[in-house]
Amino acid sequence: MNRSMIDLWVGVFVAAGFAGLLFLALKVGNLATFSTSKAYQVQANFLNIGGLKVRGPVKSAGVVVGRVTEIRFDTETYKAIVSLDIDSAYQFPRDTSAKILTSGILGEQYIGLEAGGDGVMLKQGDRIRLTQDAVVLENLISQFLFSKAAEGKEPAKEPAK
Amino acid sequence: MLIGSVRARLERLGGTVTSAIWRLGFASRFLFYLCLHSGTALRRFRLTVAQIYFAGVLSLVIILVSGLFVGMVLALQGYETLQRFGASESLGVLVALSLVRELGPVVAGLLFASRAGSAITAEIGLMKATEQISAMEMMAVDPIARVVAPRFWGGVISMPLLAALFSAAGIFGGYLVGVQLIGVDAGAFWSQMQAAVDWSNDILNGVLKSVVFGVAVTWISVFEGYDAPPTAEGVSRATTRTVVTSSLAILALDFVLTALMFTGGNH
Repeated sequence: MNRSMIDLWVGVFVAAGFAGLLFLALKVGNLATFSTSKAYQVQANFLNIGGLKVRGPVKSAGVVVGRVTEIRFDTETYKAIVSLDIDSAYQFPRDTSAKILTSGILGEQYIGLEAGGDGVMLKQGDRIRLTQDAVVLENLISQFLFSKAAEGKEPAKEPAK
Repeated sequence: MLIGSVRARLERLGGTVTSAIWRLGFASRFLFYLCLHSGTALRRFRLTVAQIYFAGVLSLVIILVSGLFVGMVLALQGYETLQRFGASESLGVLVALSLVRELGPVVAGLLFASRAGSAITAEIGLMKATEQISAMEMMAVDPIARVVAPRFWGGVISMPLLAALFSAAGIFGGYLVGVQLIGVDAGAFWSQMQAAVDWSNDILNGVLKSVVFGVAVTWISVFEGYDAPPTAEGVSRATTRTVVTSSLAILALDFVLTALMFTGGNH
């Protein structure tokens, strides 16, 4: 094997290696899918965020329109303050509501935005007022059990009347 | 009598520990010296390029084929388990995360140790056994700068590229089986993968792992070769030790790196 053949093959190898890395970065990872370069930040307060994570998606009508950038706990109101970066291409009215939803039954949690009817749009630093907390399975089960228990009592009362 | 035998055992234990520590210190000084004298390897880069050819290009076939098969098996096995939970669309996430975070660097490192590391040890060991190294010293050529450093840097450069190719081939294999053969939706396969795999947290950490493994494996290989007793048996033992020690080093380092990288984060 002469020298230029070795050089050629090493060149092919290094190029292929970087191509593999690029493939991982662009096609497998999310480097190119959503850039937060042109985005505006809004905040939303929740009593309970469930399993929401930083970098979780913000969706409206199922389309990803932004990402969760920060989650803080406010010790004055005892609420979670969630900061969302929303792509500037998508403008939302000021009375948009934010819900914490779950994709699928085992899926991750995300923030769903539902547009309101206000003519004024949300801008950088605004706060979303209408929010709905994450559904906590334990609370749901206890509610269900209590309502079942209440149902169970009523027929027992009626004959006594 | 009893005290004598206890004493003999303690002496043997102490001797083993001291010689192990001495070897570790020798290996560290060797690495330090090697880094100090790698000017030649970088200035005359053609020497290193020839070693990238040996360590990298010639390992391509085994890396790509193993990657493809590992990805295909992951997709088959993962699908079996995921469909029980009705989450077969997450197949892409499973394949990509396990390859990029763990299997890519680790399996590529193990293959690299047995394919290239053993060859490096045998080559340097034989050079020593046939007194080529001594001949170089006689001619005032530093064998570490001329022989060892190019092999070291060639291996260190090749390893991350091989790991990236292993992961890429594996994900392609997972795509072939998952999407083409089993029929998972292609859009869900790629989009869930892209949503779950993070550029810095997963891919860069995987690359970092492979760099660390590359340094560890080639360091062990060149050191074992250079330290081998100049006999046929000595070279064969050194080659075996290279493969065993590098494999253990990869697995141990992998645990440490994983513990540092993927726990305690908010991901």
